[in-house]
Amino acid sequence: MRNIFLFIRQHFNLLLFLFLQIFSIYLIVSYSKYHNAVFAESFNEVTGKINSRYSNINQYFHLKKMNDSLIRVNENLYNKLKSNYSIPDSVIPLQIDSLKLDSFSTFKKYSYQSARVVSNSVSSQINYIVLDKGKKDNLKEGMGIIDPLGNAVGIIVSVNQDYAIVMSLLHKDSHISGKLYKTGETGTMLWDGQDPETLIMSGVPKSAKIAKGDMIITSGFSTAFPLGIKIGSVTKVYNEKANNNFKIYCKSATNFNNLTYVYIIQNKDQDGVTAMLEKVKGQQ
Amino acid sequence: MTGVFKNIIRFLIIVFFQVFVLDKIILHQMLTPYLYFIFILWLPFKINRSMLMLLGFLLGYTIDGFRYQPGFHAAACVLIAYIRPFIINLLISQQGAESNYNEPSIKSMGGVTPYFFYIGILVLIHNAWLFLLESWQFADVGYFFIKTLLSSVLSFMLILVTELLFSRNQKFKTNTV
Repeated sequence: MRNIFLFIRQHFNLLLFLFLQIFSIYLIVSYSKYHNAVFAESFNEVTGKINSRYSNINQYFHLKKMNDSLIRVNENLYNKLKSNYSIPDSVIPLQIDSLKLDSFSTFKKYSYQSARVVSNSVSSQINYIVLDKGKKDNLKEGMGIIDPLGNAVGIIVSVNQDYAIVMSLLHKDSHISGKLYKTGETGTMLWDGQDPETLIMSGVPKSAKIAKGDMIITSGFSTAFPLGIKIGSVTKVYNEKANNNFKIYCKSATNFNNLTYVYIIQNKDQDGVTAMLEKVKGQQ
Repeated sequence: MTGVFKNIIRFLIIVFFQVFVLDKIILHQMLTPYLYFIFILWLPFKINRSMLMLLGFLLGYTIDGFRYQPGFHAAACVLIAYIRPFIINLLISQQGAESNYNEPSIKSMGGVTPYFFYIGILVLIHNAWLFLLESWQFADVGYFFIKTLLSSVLSFMLILVTELLFSRNQKFKTNTV
């Protein structure tokens, strides 16, 4: 027993060093898996407040860019106005609909909510975006984020009372489902941690016909994004020798450098789908 | 007491400068401007070694807090805090420089070469360990080496500029004290 104490006293510094190192690495590993660590709840409350003060000031320098993007959004919305569409041809004889459901009234599946970016980074290999809305605005984990021009930005991974943390597409653990707009093949969007403008799409079979400049959109398979949100355009197609898939490099549609405002996509079915998935997983 | 107070102020200024000025500068994906660990390099000679490591952990953890992913900077800072005393012992040639001066600097370490070597090696170790932990899954060796090297050169230059801008006048403490 005495020897143990002697040993600890002799090598106290080394043991402390090893302990702190292992603790840090434990934090890294555990946080990547469970984003709801104590860290997210407590520390972010403090840093979030400081960051939002900072972005309040910083915003003034981006007002011009923000105006430009708002004008473009307005343009998009004007184009979608109902008055732009003419009434369909009524020469076709009237048919009686046998469907019991009222198929004319649509229901709203996705709703959008705006949020301000409080903190953002692109230089690291693990980039997070912090938004100034949290649980009090009904945000939940797994919701998708788009920028004002309607390009995919990321997915919420952690929420506390006032702030939400978004895993941006520029994160080594980010996996969102993408789809080639022209041909319809789906794949997974990844990031290799290098160029913040280049994303990688993997899992597309070699039978697919891909050309430079093809658009990649979200597939709508997950509850985070609806179908057809722009992700990027193909810049280079790499033929992987090891397997039967292409590795597609694409330029991201979002400019991650100057995000100021973003929109959160709320899916009405999210809770239902997640609950069902949990149930299925539980049965196996 | 004044030394402790001075270091607390220094800690806050350095963290805020790193988070709100340097982190917002995007030069290139290969060049990440890191300066914050100058706090560890500038701590007094006579600091307790376990205290040094705990301070390193605190500094790294604070930076991690602003980046929303705990552990990375904390691990790198603890590593350089652990290695620092060995490097100082290795480099100081003068007898009793540690007791005559307060903090590591060009003057107290007896010349430009040992001090630059001291900064250079710790910067390199910090960046290498940090980028290695960050890129654990990528395993792109060439990219890792180039990024470490370029970022270290940038950090080194930033530290030199800081040294020139804020000259710390190191008083020679007499032996009679």
